[in-house]
Amino acid sequence: MAERSFAEEVKKLRLGAGDEFRGEGILAITKALLESGVSYVAGYQGAPISHLMDVLADANEILEDLGVHFENSASEATAAATLAASVNYPLRGAVTFKAPVGTNVASDALANLTSGGVKGGAMIIIGEDYGEGSSIMQERSHPFAMKSQIWLLDPRPNLPTIVRMVEKGFELSEASNTPVMLEVRIRACHVYGRFTTKDNVRPSFTLKDAIESPARDVTRIAMPPGTYVHEKEKVEKRWPAAVKYIAENELNEFFDGEAADIGIVMQGGMYNTALRGLEVLGLADAFGAAKVPIYVLNVTYPLVDAEFVKFCTGKKAILIVEEGQPDFIEQAVNTILRRADIQTKVHGKDMLSMAGEYTGAVVRDGLKRFVAQYRRDMLPEERPVEGDNSRKSAMAAVNGQVQPRPPSFCTGCPERPIFTAMKLVERELGPHHVSCDIGCHLFSIFPPFNIGATTMGYGLGGAGASAFNVKADKRVVSIMGDGGFWHNGLASSVGNAVFNKSDNVIIVVDNGYTSATGGQDIPSSFWNNPIRATQNSIEKAVRGVGVEWARTITRTYDLTKMRDTLKEALTTPEKGPKVIVAQSECMLNKQRRVRPQMRAAVERGERVVRERFGVDADTCTGDHSCIRLSGCPSLTIAPHPDPLRKEPVTKVLDSCVGCGLCGEVAHAAKLCPSFYRASIIENPTQWDQMKARLRDAIIGFFQRRLARKAAFA
Amino acid sequence: MLDRAQPQAKGAQQARAIRIAILAMGGEGGGVLAEWIVDLAEHGGFLAQLTSVPGVAQRTGATIYYVELFPKAALAEGAPQPVMALMPMPGDVDIVIASELMEAGRAVQRGLVTPDRTALIASTHRVFSMTEKIAMADGRADAPVLLEACRNSAKAFFGADLAAAAERTGSVISAVLFGALAQSRTLPFERQAFESTIERAGVGVAASKRGFAAGMTAVSGEASAVPIEGSVSRDTTSGEAAATSADDGTQASLAALIAQTESAFPATARAVVRVGLERLADYQDLDYAQDYLLRLKPVVDAERRHGDGSGRLLAETARELALGMAYEDTIRVAELKIRGSRFVRVREEVQAREGQIIEIAEFMHPRLKEIAESVPAWLGRLMLRPGLLRSAIENATRKGRIVKTTSIRGFLQLYLVASLKTRRRSSLRFAEEEVRLTAWLDRVVATAAKDYALAVELAECRGLVKGYGDTHERGVANYESIIGLVDHIAERPEPAKRLQDLRKAAVADDSGSALKAAIAQLGLN
Repeated sequence: MAERSFAEEVKKLRLGAGDEFRGEGILAITKALLESGVSYVAGYQGAPISHLMDVLADANEILEDLGVHFENSASEATAAATLAASVNYPLRGAVTFKAPVGTNVASDALANLTSGGVKGGAMIIIGEDYGEGSSIMQERSHPFAMKSQIWLLDPRPNLPTIVRMVEKGFELSEASNTPVMLEVRIRACHVYGRFTTKDNVRPSFTLKDAIESPARDVTRIAMPPGTYVHEKEKVEKRWPAAVKYIAENELNEFFDGEAADIGIVMQGGMYNTALRGLEVLGLADAFGAAKVPIYVLNVTYPLVDAEFVKFCTGKKAILIVEEGQPDFIEQAVNTILRRADIQTKVHGKDMLSMAGEYTGAVVRDGLKRFVAQYRRDMLPEERPVEGDNSRKSAMAAVNGQVQPRPPSFCTGCPERPIFTAMKLVERELGPHHVSCDIGCHLFSIFPPFNIGATTMGYGLGGAGASAFNVKADKRVVSIMGDGGFWHNGLASSVGNAVFNKSDNVIIVVDNGYTSATGGQDIPSSFWNNPIRATQNSIEKAVRGVGVEWARTITRTYDLTKMRDTLKEALTTPEKGPKVIVAQSECMLNKQRRVRPQMRAAVERGERVVRERFGVDADTCTGDHSCIRLSGCPSLTIAPHPDPLRKEPVTKVLDSCVGCGLCGEVAHAAKLCPSFYRASIIENPTQWDQMKARLRDAIIGFFQRRLARKAAFA
Repeated sequence: MLDRAQPQAKGAQQARAIRIAILAMGGEGGGVLAEWIVDLAEHGGFLAQLTSVPGVAQRTGATIYYVELFPKAALAEGAPQPVMALMPMPGDVDIVIASELMEAGRAVQRGLVTPDRTALIASTHRVFSMTEKIAMADGRADAPVLLEACRNSAKAFFGADLAAAAERTGSVISAVLFGALAQSRTLPFERQAFESTIERAGVGVAASKRGFAAGMTAVSGEASAVPIEGSVSRDTTSGEAAATSADDGTQASLAALIAQTESAFPATARAVVRVGLERLADYQDLDYAQDYLLRLKPVVDAERRHGDGSGRLLAETARELALGMAYEDTIRVAELKIRGSRFVRVREEVQAREGQIIEIAEFMHPRLKEIAESVPAWLGRLMLRPGLLRSAIENATRKGRIVKTTSIRGFLQLYLVASLKTRRRSSLRFAEEEVRLTAWLDRVVATAAKDYALAVELAECRGLVKGYGDTHERGVANYESIIGLVDHIAERPEPAKRLQDLRKAAVADDSGSALKAAIAQLGLN
């Protein structure tokens, strides 16, 4: 079950014609899919589109009512391949994943899909994870659209436009027999806004119809000689059909402005930022009315040559606001204008930055540069900002004081002890090369653990260690999460290691969910899921592909066992890959599950024992070894209550969930005796109370004696 | 879609969205706060847009929520909807809400807080970053600098320790921040409207309202001007140690000792010496405290003769000597763990309520060396000698122990260890510490005559020896290797500075590489 429940929100998916929808962008897209009459939806979770998957999972009832099939795909490749249903049948389908990493994984299926083309509308909704808050390498999805010929929609980031583009996207796909990509950036995915809804549409042709009366068309299969025909078809038929549809339906938007001799072209997704830049520069009002003409590309691929010719005619210069690099649009526009022999100067990356997110300040400054060059008369006089010097000195003052806060393991995270164990093994056997994967475990690369050398992709932790397969006195360790394992790791990392007779160690972190993406279920998830088959063993799977040395540790917090198993894997003479499956439930999800249960039990008057840890400040000497071996958010520092000591003490916050690692660390690393575990017994029984009274009497006697002795020492 | 109204004529009142940025850390309820503001605005005649960048930042990282509010009254009939931005632009934010002081500093650093426009509402408490926490000594950022920057860059600053207010009221910081926002009067809504929002949200309403009220009070009037605690220096006169020590009998004799310091010690050292006396009387006995005074005598003389008026040498030496004499051995740990006052403190720390039973378990890992050092020396030497006894103890201490201090059995075990206190003076460790302390003290006094600043640094070096087990061994090794270099250093320019560099290098990492590099830089041999 996902970390966030959308049970309330999914009710909005039932809104009918003329109702007002209020909510997040992702939910609006989901609603738009239902209004467009999709037959099936699939995808792989990942920020920023995780919520789309979670919403659909929570909306299964509504989907069933409408006859819509929904799948949690095993990977983005699976998701993209799902669109094959739209090749031979008039079925509308949508898949979703984060990009460009998901697009990378999906590109095989996408290329095959686009070669033959589609009959039913096929839409790929990509959450473009670029800029601030992104968790992946900074690349664009644009070239995927270009290389496989997929139309790329980049709507203005407001709900009515996004919803309209979903609807029009399906029509465009069908009109041009080409899949379309709907690109939504992180903030657009999470933007809260409004739009007026329509009724949901039940598909007229269903998946059942297709299964029961199968159709095939060999000319649609990506196999020579068909592939040669497909390529011609792409440029001769599908492209012109798309351009015609885009122009006729005015998918791109023109906004007039008094400065007719210049203009600004922008990706739809850049619109709000650019307009705010213009507003701040005094060149637009709050409603989007600008002094400079604007051409908004809600479709960034293909470009419509005629629209550019129309927009640029009579203009001295245009500025293209295109986020990310390379500057595909700017290059294409130069070609378009050159061919049309239009002398308008094209600016873009020369005035805005080539790389990096187009934040408010970047866009504002670029717009200012552009207008200053051609229409300085339109810019208001610059006046020094009040108090600017004190702002600047304040900014300089905080520079050395503000430290980064990279994401890290949550309080009580079961992955933490795995890395603590690695640290302890490092003390004995020295450092090892560590190949990482994608997922929460990758936080290990940051302090305090500083473990991990590379990450090559989802499920590729083991694969990233492939070359290190020669005789050596040490082994290489690779790490994978259970998400990565089922996504790709079983074959690409584990199977590959078996086949190539690798001697290395692979740790699979089995916490029961794809935790980094929001706690969705996977084949090895521990709990029952009414619509999915869970509880499939990872150890059985690796043995199935030929691993002989496999150990499952059922409680990662058992630090000694974790350390010893790891040591054994690194030193055993046994050949072949050594796989350690380290199991314990994701604490974030566990707490979400267990906390309400405990609260309810306490309210019912039942005996409940809650554990948490603490540090005795008077024995803590402020060395912080314990923090360096843990990094738990609930483990922090506080001023030392002892006036003789300068170093802050370690302190355990009340957010501690009593996972036990602190105690295990104190033992395994032979740290100080300052940690204690407090068991708090709620609603104690009479037996508890009797025991406590007896204890208090005896202990109290000795405590008083001790105090007296101290007094007369 | 070509028709859009032209920008309003210059000089006319420009309609403008209110821009609000919320800086919070994952799990702090920044999202809830943002949703409350949206609800508040929508019920108060505004259009609202909210966005955020959750993703992995949710996992304890820093994240920004961004809200824009647009007055519906400014919308003309049939006119287009306002275009609202999806991210804060430096120099263009009206309200910044920060859940913590360094996050407020981050807003300042990013240019989101400007004196011409921005109201900054921030909790001034600290949630330490990983870099600050993993430092081997004190790696905390300078809180007063952050606070000053907040004051200097905001148009109006509303700051107070809102986390404390949340804790006091059993609420969460998001509710308290919401109250602070209401009190700041930066949004055109009355208190009642804010409270209605909390009621509509319907989750933990009573606690949220308490937190809300506390937030309003916290940033009202003078509360916002309350200075926060400095990051390093603290008042050494607040004698918590006295509270842990015994009753009247000792107090009376201790008072006599303390009275002696009135005449014998300069004012700059009295507070430290007093705490030192209390500590050592508690640690061992009055004689031991008396010893402390005796041992400080030469330092008092040195301070008087060679001091620069700051009194630093005496204060630092007195502080370190007290800590050194009250070294942490198994006896001390056992005694501190079983005290009645400690049981009370644990109950407070874990916020136990009336009627709940608390059981306390300790995580101890005494090793052969530590045991042998605590018992009388003859026995200790016997334990350390290879043989049956030694291997028996080694076997018994291979694994760490969990001792339940609240169980009779566990309590008595520690009670037994604590009662070795009377024999402490005859233990191996005691002798070892005596030798080290005496050598250190002599050296400090001798150095003071030649170089006062170097002597102060030398005094501080003793602080490297602390902790237990590996930490203690590492500390001793670092201390010894630095002390071994003092004679070389003394012949170089700026010896005090050099020694300080070495001392800092020793606590820069726990692998010893920084110290090694620092020593190499000295270019000895």
